[in-house]
Amino acid sequence: MSGAGTNSMGRRPLLLSLIDGKGWIFLAVVAAAAVLVPLLNLAVPEGSAFHVPTYVVALLGKYLCYALLALALDLVWGYCGILSLGHGAFFALGGYAMGMYLMRQIGPRGVYANPLLPDFMVFLNWKELPWYWHGFDSFPFAALMVLLVPGLLALVFGWLAFRSRVTGVYLSIMTQAMTFALLLAFFRNDMGFGGNNGLTDFKDILGFNVQAQTTRCALFVATAIALVLGYLVARYMVTSTYGKVLVAIRDAESRTRFLGYRVETYKVVAFVVSAMMAGVAGALYVPQVGIINPSEFSPANSIEAVIWVAVGGRGTLVGAALGAVLVNFGKTYLTGALPEIWLFALGLLFVVVTLFLPKGIVGLLTQKRQQRQEISPRDESLAAEAGIGEAGAVEGGKA
Amino acid sequence: MVRLFALVLLLVGAFAGRPACAQDLDAALAKLAGASGYAEIDAGVAALAATGSPDALPIIEALGEGRLYVDPQSGVLVLKTADGRTVDAKSGAAVSANAAQLAAVRVNNRVRRAIESSMGALRLVAKDSAVRAAAADAVFKARDPAALPAIDRALARETDAGVKQKLTEAQAAARLMDGATGDADKIAAVAVVSKRGDQDALSLLGAAGAQASPAVKPAIESATATIQSRLALLENVQNVWYGISLGSVLLLAAIGLAITFGVMGIINMAHGEMVMLGAYTTYVVQEASRIYAPGLFGWTLPVAVPLAFLIAGLVGVLIERTVIRYLYGRPLETLLATWGISLILQQAVRSVFGPTNREVGAPSYMSGSFDVFGLSITYGRMWIVLFSLVVFLGLLAVLRGTSFGLKMRAVTQNRRMASSMGIRTPWIDTFAFGLGSGIAGIAGVALAQIDNVSPNLGQGYIIDSFLVVVFGGVGNLWGTLVAALTLGVANKLLEPFAGAVLGKILLLIFIILFIQRRPRGLFAQKGRAVEA
Repeated sequence: MSGAGTNSMGRRPLLLSLIDGKGWIFLAVVAAAAVLVPLLNLAVPEGSAFHVPTYVVALLGKYLCYALLALALDLVWGYCGILSLGHGAFFALGGYAMGMYLMRQIGPRGVYANPLLPDFMVFLNWKELPWYWHGFDSFPFAALMVLLVPGLLALVFGWLAFRSRVTGVYLSIMTQAMTFALLLAFFRNDMGFGGNNGLTDFKDILGFNVQAQTTRCALFVATAIALVLGYLVARYMVTSTYGKVLVAIRDAESRTRFLGYRVETYKVVAFVVSAMMAGVAGALYVPQVGIINPSEFSPANSIEAVIWVAVGGRGTLVGAALGAVLVNFGKTYLTGALPEIWLFALGLLFVVVTLFLPKGIVGLLTQKRQQRQEISPRDESLAAEAGIGEAGAVEGGKA
Repeated sequence: MVRLFALVLLLVGAFAGRPACAQDLDAALAKLAGASGYAEIDAGVAALAATGSPDALPIIEALGEGRLYVDPQSGVLVLKTADGRTVDAKSGAAVSANAAQLAAVRVNNRVRRAIESSMGALRLVAKDSAVRAAAADAVFKARDPAALPAIDRALARETDAGVKQKLTEAQAAARLMDGATGDADKIAAVAVVSKRGDQDALSLLGAAGAQASPAVKPAIESATATIQSRLALLENVQNVWYGISLGSVLLLAAIGLAITFGVMGIINMAHGEMVMLGAYTTYVVQEASRIYAPGLFGWTLPVAVPLAFLIAGLVGVLIERTVIRYLYGRPLETLLATWGISLILQQAVRSVFGPTNREVGAPSYMSGSFDVFGLSITYGRMWIVLFSLVVFLGLLAVLRGTSFGLKMRAVTQNRRMASSMGIRTPWIDTFAFGLGSGIAGIAGVALAQIDNVSPNLGQGYIIDSFLVVVFGGVGNLWGTLVAALTLGVANKLLEPFAGAVLGKILLLIFIILFIQRRPRGLFAQKGRAVEA
């Protein structure tokens, strides 16, 4: 990271002052969910109207994982202009790291009762554990890998791409090719990640039964905490001087470079942090849905994550999380009630949002509020213009 | 024609010093007609086979299939043809015989064996040259020394050069396995077999080498080495051909994108769905042909090509007019919007045609294969390669030679200048996008021949297509051609070493790294257009 960035961070006031109005609302909502959902699940009896069934807890937990993924994507797309169509890859890699830990926890309780090898390896007649599976029996190691593996991939990929100034759609297509290559690779049985079927049949996490009601609630709370932490990290980054440079890169990359900033370093840092966040989201996702397989790498998944951010409003962080939850709620509802309609709805969402809502829901709300505040009867047209200008500028300037 | 040929054959047979042929045949036929009991029938078959007459083959065939009868009144042999007529066995003239009175010539297993063995020899002198060639091939593969006399006889009267070559090879094979043949003849035979140089020749030499005398062995060994290196070369050539074939598929899929993405700069994620629409157009045309005009099935592909162009092109124009024109200058947004369109199109097709694969048939000229220097080439693949090149050249001609192409290039290079010169740039954009989409639709007609026609058809091509265009260099059609063929051939050459999936992964990694080195692709556009 650049020296300029760290210096100014040292002089920053309290972390709390970084959070703006919508940030507080967001944190309050997530905190309320983290308290209420487990409470309503565990303490309220099953017959009650207020009871939250366990499957809903897992479903909401899944949404929060997606929200964290969207947040990570917003950090690079909304603030740095890197449209990654391969963030699903980081998400899935984090998921696989967690999945490997969970597989090792099964131990001799698998179908073949092999104390060391997971079932699929016994099935494929493997005699010993591949080297990259060692260490995953320890949770701290697996947790480290959840951060390191996506981070490292992002570092290598980002360093190569940003250094040679691959930008815009080229970068998007390259990220898509990356996740596609990983998809193909993880489908191979020889890779040692369960091939087509992936990793599943998990039993324990940290000694607790994955299926148990209390574990589900704990995972939900953990996801909420991760989401809050992710938000704080991202918020801290984008409000710092570093974040200002990031936005400058987004809006005028060449100009920023000519001003003397090492553009590629800034981009790589954002990309790596974002990839790690996506990895954490994936790691929390896997125990809650109970499976990880190569389809998580499919390019369509990554593009779907982009639309969450676009719907919520890119460059707002809060909007990304909101968009993820809203779109996925819609998906759950529509695929259940009207499965034929879902793809039409999703497709239309892409078109409508890009055509009519370029700033997303949150962006639209902010713009409306600003217009209300700024329009005076004296010079309406001028104020309207200023309002549009303001909407086009960075919202970080207000914080 | 066949009769003339048979006549020539008979004449040649006569000049070759076999005037007794006709009498032999009559005698053999009389023997067979008068036979009582299996032993005599067996002898009759043998006599018939010994005549070596081309006329004997249909009679023995009829006997094998139970279609040979004796007319008890006249005592001559008659046979029923495949279409149910009753004809005289020898002359082939129609006879009026009471079907109920005819007595079938009976066969048992012993006679069947005699039929089988005599048929091989008789086929060598059959009237149809294709039958003779196939028979010679069968003898080559069987390498039975006992067939030598029959081969020698056939060789003596053979006039067709191609069949003669095959007979010579069959003779060489039989000689190599024959203990009685001298070393000099065997060495000559090795030369003949070595010239043939395919997998069968190799296995023949392997078998012959085991029993060869020391004088012949070195010749066999050197011939084996020659064939092996030739086969290795052939395998590489075959892989290159497969690669070109794959490359032509990539080219077809990517070439429309080379217009929309390469020339216009629109990230069209719905490109694959245009291909899919083309494939479904083919399906609909074929279904219509099945119902209304089954005889015109061969014409379905020529009809589907312009239709697919029109349908995909119209959808493209519609997309451009309603969505894309509001997004010029915002490539990432275009990407998202067109992705949304692709989802809608997929679901629309799924709702109309159902989620399962639809069957698109191959007309007769698309099926089958032919050999070139031992290289097996299927017609379907060959037409697709040619078709992709025709589409490519056609597109090039449109861009270079027509007023529309000129305007399109002008708009791409300098939009404002073009506009000032009176070119209606929005319409050029629309039609250019329609052209790219239409070409994708045409690609769909061809791809429907080799891929499953399902709503997901396009999804499989979209990433590859983008990589081809990016690899080749945006805005350069020749780059797209080179990139498609390079990637296709590289993929197929990697496959034997790395396997299909790993080869593909390696290629993806290669492209990702290549783009780092040359972010603008193989053939980068030069000048100011790059910055735009």
